[in-house]
Amino acid sequence: MLLFSWRNLWRDWRGGELRILAVALVIAVTAVSAVGFFIDRVDRGIQQQAAELIAADLVISSARPVSDGTQAGAAALGLKTAQTMQFRSVAIAADKPQLVEVKAVSQGYPFRGQLRITDAPFTADRTTDEIPASREVWAEPRLLQMLGLEVGDSLQLGAIRFTISHLLTYEPDRGGDMFSIAPRVMINDSDIIATELIGHGALVNYRLLIDGEQTVIDGYRRQLENRTGSEEKILSVRDSRPELRVALERAQQFLGLASIISVLLAGVAVATAARRFARRHFDSAAIYRCFGATQNRIIIAFSLEMLWLAIIASSAGVILGLLAQAGISQILDKLFLTSLPAPSLQPVVMGYATGIILLLGFAMPPLLSLRQVPPLRVLRRDQVPVSTRGWLIYSAVFLSIGSLLYWQVHDLKMVVSVMGGMLLTISILSLAAYGLIYLLTQFRQRVGVAWRFGLANIARRQSDSVIQIVAFGLGIMVLLLLSTVRNDLLDGWQQSLPLDAPNHFMINVQSDQVEGIEQFFQQQGVKQPTLHAMVRARLTSINGRKVSSDDYASERAKHMITREFNLSPASQPQVDNIIVAGSWWQQNDQGKPLMSLEAKLANTLAIKMNDRVSFDINGSEREFTISSLRQVDWQTFNINFFTVVPPGVLDDAPASWVTSLYLKPEQKSLIAPLVKRYPNVTVIDVEAIMSRVRNIMDRVTLAVEFIFMFSLLAGLAVLYAAIQASQDERRHESAVLRTLGARRSILLRGLFAEFITLGALSGLLAGFAATALAWVLAEQVFHFPYQFNPLVGLAGITSGVVIVGIAGVLGTRRVLSQPPVETLRRG
Amino acid sequence: MVSQQSSGFVQAIQLGKRVTTSEGPLVILDDINFSIPAGTSVAILGASGSGKTTLLGLLAGLDVSSTGQAMINDIDLGGLDEDGRALLRADTVGFVFQNFQLLSGLTALENVMLPLELATADKPRKTALGILSRVGLAERVHHYPGQLSGGEQQRCAIARAFAASPKVLFADEPTGNLDQATGKVIIDLLFELNREQGTTLIMATHDEELASKCEMRLQLRGGKLVNP
Repeated sequence: MLLFSWRNLWRDWRGGELRILAVALVIAVTAVSAVGFFIDRVDRGIQQQAAELIAADLVISSARPVSDGTQAGAAALGLKTAQTMQFRSVAIAADKPQLVEVKAVSQGYPFRGQLRITDAPFTADRTTDEIPASREVWAEPRLLQMLGLEVGDSLQLGAIRFTISHLLTYEPDRGGDMFSIAPRVMINDSDIIATELIGHGALVNYRLLIDGEQTVIDGYRRQLENRTGSEEKILSVRDSRPELRVALERAQQFLGLASIISVLLAGVAVATAARRFARRHFDSAAIYRCFGATQNRIIIAFSLEMLWLAIIASSAGVILGLLAQAGISQILDKLFLTSLPAPSLQPVVMGYATGIILLLGFAMPPLLSLRQVPPLRVLRRDQVPVSTRGWLIYSAVFLSIGSLLYWQVHDLKMVVSVMGGMLLTISILSLAAYGLIYLLTQFRQRVGVAWRFGLANIARRQSDSVIQIVAFGLGIMVLLLLSTVRNDLLDGWQQSLPLDAPNHFMINVQSDQVEGIEQFFQQQGVKQPTLHAMVRARLTSINGRKVSSDDYASERAKHMITREFNLSPASQPQVDNIIVAGSWWQQNDQGKPLMSLEAKLANTLAIKMNDRVSFDINGSEREFTISSLRQVDWQTFNINFFTVVPPGVLDDAPASWVTSLYLKPEQKSLIAPLVKRYPNVTVIDVEAIMSRVRNIMDRVTLAVEFIFMFSLLAGLAVLYAAIQASQDERRHESAVLRTLGARRSILLRGLFAEFITLGALSGLLAGFAATALAWVLAEQVFHFPYQFNPLVGLAGITSGVVIVGIAGVLGTRRVLSQPPVETLRRG
Repeated sequence: MVSQQSSGFVQAIQLGKRVTTSEGPLVILDDINFSIPAGTSVAILGASGSGKTTLLGLLAGLDVSSTGQAMINDIDLGGLDEDGRALLRADTVGFVFQNFQLLSGLTALENVMLPLELATADKPRKTALGILSRVGLAERVHHYPGQLSGGEQQRCAIARAFAASPKVLFADEPTGNLDQATGKVIIDLLFELNREQGTTLIMATHDEELASKCEMRLQLRGGKLVNP
């Protein structure tokens, strides 16, 4: 039977029956395995580099200096330690300020992995066991490009002028580009105090790196875990870099979803081609039956033939997927990790499974009808099998797509919502396509013969036309969303901000600097920024009950409960705040332990009005009563806080101050003298960060677009499958029309009319759908007015007309080159 | 394996076929009785619509009767399910059709190999090449049906029918689509092979000359046997 099915495979391949099935499968498997290989490489990279990614076997991370107790515990067990401090600051060179990410390291760093340095940009780097010497800085090469510096030049960081001694090309615990907003500078931690960069409440990440025997480290870890109430986080090799894992999971889900669209469209092509394959095999099946093949034997023979096809096509897809993966890795170069290991075999399994599930899920329902072909068909051609039940077809398709989707995203809830969303989208698009075809038929009598012929073809094969319009519409819609609409949304959002929306943040301002800074801006003629005090605090209990991340199920709640809050005193609420419960304090409430909480956070942490919340402020416990809940518009770039308290209540606590302000382009030069005068103050240029975020987004979008290109290819496969399915009918029609005297050019124009119209309808639908989605995103999700862009529809229609028009005519032109007599003789 | 019974190798006992149409039940065959000994050649004669093809279908187990029995080698075809009849066909029955019924995607050789492969016979290729050469198509084994003339196609179909050495061969108007000269060549070939293999040949035809070559004639008129 294996041999028989193998031979049948080659016979059918030779006859051209299987090509479109194979092409559709290859497209789907390529898309899925390209994503699979890439994700697998990043995943394996994270696993293999787990220790390197935290630069130690165990790391204690904290927003405050790591406690003496913790350090002493490590020392008592004979564990080696090193320390790092990371924070953002502004470096200055030749009066040019630049936001940098400073990392001060102590001797011994890193315990795992090695630093790599070089002496000139674009030259080969080398590993080193050293750390920067005192008054020396190692800078990331891009900082030198940004500031026009060279190795040996000096760089002002806070109160100290450092010499750039080397370029830092690799740092094991940095992670990919995704996690670095500004270029890195590395200094020796003995220089920190002299820089005067770290004042009260400065936003710093302190880390204690630990090295030693695994068993001793495990014991130490248990000791730390038994403590309660510490905000020090333990990072070990096992759970290294959770943010990297989250990013990878998101990437996997997003790219996985993108590849599933290709699988779905390829499935439509497979189903269409399989229907034709089955129809053309009624005679073979009848002959098989006539020569004694049982029903089961027939179905086994065809299933095995399909299995062979799936294996061969999947092999090709997996190989192409491996090549395409290199494309994604190139686009997302170093976004996750600096280097990626070779992939494992797991995506190969995934690729084959996709091919097999896709082919069996979409092709088997039509093929099952071959089982029912009556043997009497050899004597009476009018005998056809009863068609396979609809529910069987749709259940098989749904199950196949669902299982593949689950494999991609590992999240049942997401699978259900995505499947529901897909079903809804496809239903809406199909209905719209039916509507468009109906409208089109109204024009039929008003056009010439060629166009009438083309439009008649669309209307006559209505279901096939709808499938093609939806398949292409879906592909074009996604590409429109990713290209044109994405930029429209970003531009729209930027335009929605007032012209003088703050474009700079100032953080880490000390209480004794507030007056001076206010005067500085006044003297320079800059609109007076409002500085807000904030006191760092950690939430310890709610209504007297100690809180921990274990009390909450949601990731956001777990994150919020362990982070440091900034308690800010204010006499009036910010203008963009709306009180949604309770009331704002009065003059006579000053100094009272009240708190106004941001409403969403209150909801996340299940805190209600009049609840009592305790915070650890600089080692002492303080309790507040929730007196109001606020709705905050976070998109204004104004300074806002989750937790606001009445003035006077935190006067005794060490505060730092923050503000946001608008600087005109010509006023940007003020940053350098300001930072020189107040070295600990960090000025963040929002535009620079936005452009960095945009750059990362562009790369991610390009990767997603790359995957969606496969969905467009799958759309082409649908078109070709449909053309092939109608080929015999078209051949006959064209023969009849030519016999009746139609010139070849008229028939060709008819074909153009048909496919250009199909393409235009797909593009129109895609343009409408993309615009509608963009409107929903802008108005409902991001809350800014959406500017309708007619170019979206135009781009959709143009791409539809070009792609479908050309592909369609190429696919059908052979119909015209065949002598009509040959077709008519065949009947 | 096949034992020759005095009662006949192929039998029809009160065989009938009725179908329901929109205008009520329609009798296609009614009370057909006959018995054909093994190795005999039989012509089923009758005008168009007399029920020849239906009778052939019932005798070959391609269709099921409404009444009575169709038997091959004492096995009641009505008592078998569809798969049982398929297995019986694989073992015992061969076919030649008016419109040849060659699979267009397969070469002549592959078409002839098909029943051998389905019966998992040894060396299907060698056997198929032998019989193709016997029917005079040795030079055309790799041609597709579309590249063969009508006569060649029917020769290929005959080679396919005899390839698995069936005990009984059903032929439905085997010369119906051929010109007279080619038809004569085909009929000679059919009878030659029939003699060589000792096959029971049951042929539906309206060609009197062809019928005269058969040892037995069954005349159908309006779904009834006129001279059993």
